[in-house]
Amino acid sequence: MLSLTRKLAEVAVSPASAATLFAGVPEAPKDPILGITEKFLADSSPMKMNLGVGAYRDDNGQPVVLDCVREAERRIAGKAFMEYLPIGGLRDFISESVQLAYGEGHPVIADKQVAAVQALSGTGACRVFAEFQKRYMPGTKVYIPAPTWSNHFNIWRDAGVEFAKYRYYQPASRGLDFEGLLEDVAAAPRGSVFLLHACAHNPTGVDPTPAQWRAISAAMKERGHFPYFDMAYQGFASGDCDRDAASIRTFLADGHRLALGQSYAKNMGLYGQRVGCLSIVADSARDAAAVESQLRAVARPMYSSPPLHGALLVTKVLQDKELKAQWYKETGSQLTWNHVTDQIGMFAYSGMSGEMVDALAAQHHIYMTRDGRISMAGVNSRNVDRLAQAIHAVTSGRL
Amino acid sequence: MQTALGPSTASRVVANRQVRTARAPQVVAASSRFADVAQAPPDPILGVSEAFRASTSPNKLNLGVGAYRDEDLKPVVLSVVKKAETKIVGRAENKEYLPIEGLDAFRKATVDLLLGAGHPAIQEGRVAVVQSLSGTGSLRVGSAFIARFMKGATVYLSNPTWGNHRNIFGDENVEWKYYRYFDADTVGLDFKGMMEDLTAAPAGSVVLLHGCAHNPTGVDPTAEQWGAIADLCKERNLLPFFDVAYQGFATGDLDKDAFAPRLFVERGLEIVVAQSYSKNLGLYGERVGALVMVLNDKEAATRCLSQLKRLARALYSNPPTWGAKIAAEVVNDKELFDEWKGEMRGMAGRIERVRGELKTALDAKYPDKDWSFITRQIGMFSFTGLTPAQASGGRRVDNMTNKHAVYMTRDGRISLAGLNSAKVDYLANAIVDSVRNA
Repeated sequence: MLSLTRKLAEVAVSPASAATLFAGVPEAPKDPILGITEKFLADSSPMKMNLGVGAYRDDNGQPVVLDCVREAERRIAGKAFMEYLPIGGLRDFISESVQLAYGEGHPVIADKQVAAVQALSGTGACRVFAEFQKRYMPGTKVYIPAPTWSNHFNIWRDAGVEFAKYRYYQPASRGLDFEGLLEDVAAAPRGSVFLLHACAHNPTGVDPTPAQWRAISAAMKERGHFPYFDMAYQGFASGDCDRDAASIRTFLADGHRLALGQSYAKNMGLYGQRVGCLSIVADSARDAAAVESQLRAVARPMYSSPPLHGALLVTKVLQDKELKAQWYKETGSQLTWNHVTDQIGMFAYSGMSGEMVDALAAQHHIYMTRDGRISMAGVNSRNVDRLAQAIHAVTSGRL
Repeated sequence: MQTALGPSTASRVVANRQVRTARAPQVVAASSRFADVAQAPPDPILGVSEAFRASTSPNKLNLGVGAYRDEDLKPVVLSVVKKAETKIVGRAENKEYLPIEGLDAFRKATVDLLLGAGHPAIQEGRVAVVQSLSGTGSLRVGSAFIARFMKGATVYLSNPTWGNHRNIFGDENVEWKYYRYFDADTVGLDFKGMMEDLTAAPAGSVVLLHGCAHNPTGVDPTAEQWGAIADLCKERNLLPFFDVAYQGFATGDLDKDAFAPRLFVERGLEIVVAQSYSKNLGLYGERVGALVMVLNDKEAATRCLSQLKRLARALYSNPPTWGAKIAAEVVNDKELFDEWKGEMRGMAGRIERVRGELKTALDAKYPDKDWSFITRQIGMFSFTGLTPAQASGGRRVDNMTNKHAVYMTRDGRISLAGLNSAKVDYLANAIVDSVRNA
């Protein structure tokens, strides 16, 4: 197929012609997660259910804005500050985020070993890291758990980093393939980057136990691997921020250098504000400063500086004793639903096939991603019966 | 002029900071994983503000970054923005993800502003638009699109251009070259050089054009020259990529400032446009913008939109809500929209006024030099003529900063938005001293 450029050189475009330069651009496939919402929106059935995207819903199926966030927003409304943030983002926000993740007063923070920038939620954190990896960890692949959030592949691929998968979910036991994971860790080339979900694994909801985390940490240390933690559910998984970050702290205690992408989309319900933080723990303050400067160099030609509003909200909530306490309470209380006993977090991995998922959509107006992942946040007391019946129908071969 | 080095002061500040904070590593690792990562130089534009903040001079003047300041040299949050924000908070809406392509109300508003409401291209569904992270984010999505779907195409950038343009294309591995633009002798447009360079560009190249208020020079083509550039692009099959960061901010008139992209579309050209609402709505920190493709074919527009979304998904998934809601609120509310137009006229007017005052002061202090370029140029920025191109090797800019505490970028650009009447005389003296003695 002729390259577009050569094509242009050959085609004589007359002034009257409506020829387009972009005739050769194909239609992109719909995003496997966000495309579900598009289909859902296009469905006119009053019974429709959206169990696709991981966005929390209350028992009336309505999106939730936390009270602590509403209050923070009231306080900053009509603010007299709209200036550009520094490239790296709001310093107070970064400081609060890093403390939340690693623990207040952790030695790596006190010794200035943490390079950190405000990021565009979890996606942005991953992408800035992926670009950094491409430049400063050349030749390394990113090892991604099977399965994982589908966008991980897009992010690292667009950054030009090759990926490989490591075993994670074991369908037979509906749990962790612990032995397979350790084997793959041992087999990967030294110094590979391993993507780990800090808690509430997406899409399976299956997390290693604390003992398993310790073993994984030791195995990775042995191979000199570099962990990238994706933490999108701190505080939201177990209701306890420290417990949800325990995996990261285990690794730190073992002396790992690591990276962390934090998102406030779910745990503060700030989805659309695109608030997150990318941090990298380095060996020294010199290294951290250099790494941070290079993270900024990645960010500047990507978006120049991150958005202000969400960062102000998070900072307000975390810096104010009362608001912070309120936040802890609100995230803790969201976990009274316990639909799936052993799995944790927002998603349930149903084990349904793609065809079953299609049938659910076509026949029952119930939408979920084709890997059978159910966003439990979209389930409530009003629709759970219908959901159960529909799932039963498509999995029993009955129409 | 085009190097990535910041002002010498900024470099010293950064170096000093490094020495003070370096400590012995806490954990002895076999080797430091990031030992080879070098400290990046400070951003040449944003580094200026850092240096300014660090300065203790009572006379210091920040003519670095392009953010509007009022007559008291204070940042401004537009009245319409405060009103819109209060309204939005009052509605207590949810904070859900936007679709990948952004807020519908904003997308519609931004295209209406660019082309004019009811434009045939809009009616015919030939416009692809994604909300993105202000000008930078929009340019980046466009750059990624070019990298993927126009493989091998070269992007032509004006010499000079906004420094970040090079990195935005460079980071997507899109090759870029310069076309002649600024004429140091006339302190105006090298139109002949520009046309020659664009004529020599291979068919299928992309030409980055500043819609109005060229950054950093302030020099724009005339209407006639725009027409000739459009015809050339058509003839040579060059894809025009407009960076529109100052619509409404240059002349104070939204339609006048959109003249160039509208002319190109009128002539049947397909164009790509990166829009920013940082300056005209003062929404700097909220990162509001859009990447727009105006095509000749509806199906192609639909497909291009799907690809823009795919690229955005891997960069940031979906754009931030807050600023887009504000922008949509302002544009879609008749009263707020009218008030906004008034505020833009105010901002553009103040800049025009200080330009006039500066020229008058310079004429008086140094009558042998032609300072008319100051009022001929338009927008926030002025290329003062204190450039290395005048064989001063940056000495003049250093003189401005080190002797007079006037902070500006090393390419000789000053931001008039950072100047007020009270400081005109001071600045004029500094400029004259630097031109004469440095």
